[in-house]
Amino acid sequence: MSDEAATTGKSLLTPFNVIAGIIVIMGLFITVMRFTRGLGAVTNLSDYNPWGIWIGFDLLVGVALAAGGFVTSAAVYIFGMKKYHSAVRPAILTGFLGYAMVVVALNYDVGRPWRLPFPFIVQQGTTSLLFEVAACVALYLTVLFVEFSPAALEWLGLKRARNIIIRLTLLLTIFGVVLSTLHQSSLGALFLIAPSKLHPLWYSPYLPVYFFVSSIIAGLSMVIFESTLSHRYFKDKMDAAHLAEKDEVALGFGKAAALVLAGYFIVKLIGVSQGNGWHLLATSYGAWFLLEMLGFVALPCFLYAVGVREKNLKLIKWTAAWTVLGIIVNRLNVGLIAFNWQLPSAERYFPHWMEIGISVFLVTVGLIAFRFIVTRMPIMYAHKDYDETT
Amino acid sequence: MSISRRKFLGWLGAAGMGTALGKKATAATNKHFKGYANSNGVLYDNTRCIGCRKCELACNKVNELPSPQQSFSDMEVMNVPRRTTAKAYTVVNRYDGIPGAKGPQYRKIQCNHCLEPACASVCFVRAFTKTPKGAVVYDPSVCVGCRYCMVACPFNIPAYEYDNAFSPRVMKCTMCYPRIVKGLLPGCVEICPTGALTYGSRRDLLKIARERIRRFPGRYVDHIYGETEMGGTSWLYLSAVAFNKIGMREDLGVTPAPQFTAGALSAVPIVVGLWPVLLGGIYAINKRREKIAQQEKTQAVDSALEKARAEAAGQLSAAKQKAEAEKTVAIEKAVSKALEEEAEKSAAGTADTRAEDAAKKSSEEES
Repeated sequence: MSDEAATTGKSLLTPFNVIAGIIVIMGLFITVMRFTRGLGAVTNLSDYNPWGIWIGFDLLVGVALAAGGFVTSAAVYIFGMKKYHSAVRPAILTGFLGYAMVVVALNYDVGRPWRLPFPFIVQQGTTSLLFEVAACVALYLTVLFVEFSPAALEWLGLKRARNIIIRLTLLLTIFGVVLSTLHQSSLGALFLIAPSKLHPLWYSPYLPVYFFVSSIIAGLSMVIFESTLSHRYFKDKMDAAHLAEKDEVALGFGKAAALVLAGYFIVKLIGVSQGNGWHLLATSYGAWFLLEMLGFVALPCFLYAVGVREKNLKLIKWTAAWTVLGIIVNRLNVGLIAFNWQLPSAERYFPHWMEIGISVFLVTVGLIAFRFIVTRMPIMYAHKDYDETT
Repeated sequence: MSISRRKFLGWLGAAGMGTALGKKATAATNKHFKGYANSNGVLYDNTRCIGCRKCELACNKVNELPSPQQSFSDMEVMNVPRRTTAKAYTVVNRYDGIPGAKGPQYRKIQCNHCLEPACASVCFVRAFTKTPKGAVVYDPSVCVGCRYCMVACPFNIPAYEYDNAFSPRVMKCTMCYPRIVKGLLPGCVEICPTGALTYGSRRDLLKIARERIRRFPGRYVDHIYGETEMGGTSWLYLSAVAFNKIGMREDLGVTPAPQFTAGALSAVPIVVGLWPVLLGGIYAINKRREKIAQQEKTQAVDSALEKARAEAAGQLSAAKQKAEAEKTVAIEKAVSKALEEEAEKSAAGTADTRAEDAAKKSSEEES
């Protein structure tokens, strides 16, 4: 941060820096607490509620919202929608930082983080969906790192390495889509084991399908959302091509999101039908379910469609933000709110402020890293030495 | 590209097989695992339980767990329902005021040692093992501490050492496995003063339980809890009252936990195998479409150029012809004009000579 301030000649005490600084200090404090005094000292986790927001938010939401990388690179490199090319690098970067945050968060959540490689090197529990998630996330983080690396290599001026990686683009993209399909769906499949604990409106044998389909919605919406924010704060870093394609991206991705949301709505209905859960809609959990379905699936589907039809970019951008919120609601529902719904309220989980603190800390570190990278590397503009269309 | 794609597919195939191997998928078969033959279990008969908490005491001792704040002779702790914790592998709860029950009802809680345990199926380091003896045991030396076992357990049994910063473990009843292998009884069974707990072969325990229900139909609910719940458990229960009245869920079903995830797991190698084909196909189709579009574009440009060229050439030749024609006409005109002029000239000349001749002739005649 410091050299940026030095080069721009501004004071270090910008509002962003001050707030981020406070959050980072708080995060470091909780980090020390977590690793010296154990999970019990900083979390409200219990024997009934072994997974809190570090799983419900950091892992489930984090991975879903980082889906923009595979969605965008698949659209451009596999489906041949080259007009969205300028959206690839920001999406890959967001995905990479998102997954990196997820992995860091897991180090906080598991009891003995130094053993995280054990499932690969000591004993493989291949009957566990968590094994699949772990394997895919580890591999996909690597893929995202490689996919992101050309930007860093261009920045560092390492042309040969950069060109070798660019040649792997298609391979990496296909690999990324395979891995994303697997672990996005497996995050939903994690809960298949517990039909007696997850509320029947959310529990469905289709959970993996729901998680995969909604991750595409999350990816599409995050690209629009991230692009809106970037345009606001990093407009000077965008080149003419990026600025020209930006609205095209919002329209195209908005259209795709409307379609996928419609499909998602239908398969969710099929799930309720298949589980014969109609009578549950009249309960309080049913009302919450209906709110999720109508407010965060049907409504954004409609708003995206209207926005695209009328070329109303403002509406599309707001809808993207709303949809991202809807994904957060869905993941928290499955992971925390509708999970253990039968327990008496005294046994239910509510996060400790330090758990929230770590989640906020990690998101903040992600934002700082994002800012550090986009202000230095060719993310929102093509490097002058390279043909960006490759 | 061609080499690496083939290699890549090979790797993916290998990865898919790797995932497919190492697990016994039963989802698509009609195989039904009924548990290890001659595996042991414990029968808990709630009608014989007096809630003395001696089993809790013995459990605490043989497992070397920390002694609780309230002693095991203090019956006050049973005023609220409890669950297993990292410091108590088993607890006995008391349920008062159940309609139709003679006095308070008790229920002992500990690991049920499922025939196909959810905890073992979801552990990504295989820290849990269902031993052929019947006990489900845990190996803390590989545990990462993800606590998925706790999420998965339908009976809410495993507990975690949340306050241990450096070596937290999942804690649960081991059916006193270390004692069993030595030929001893589980601690709780050994101490039980009323014979509420019986250790033995699960098959025999089922027979004993059925016999008790047959002999005292008024004393028992006609159900052996654990015979089929979640595919069957090694711990079996008899009760005087409906099981859900003593905090035991009756809605768990008879499906062994691993079957809930078998479908999703079996989809993994299929995705790994087919996605590259599908995506590669889509890529190839798009590439081809682009190529054809490019070709059509070039063709269109070429033909347009050709047409323009032909047109231009046509115009040129037309203009040339026109010019030629005009030239010919002009030449013809000029020639004919010249000829005419010449003709006129010569005609005039003849007339003159004729006149001259005529004049000569007349003058000659006059003279």
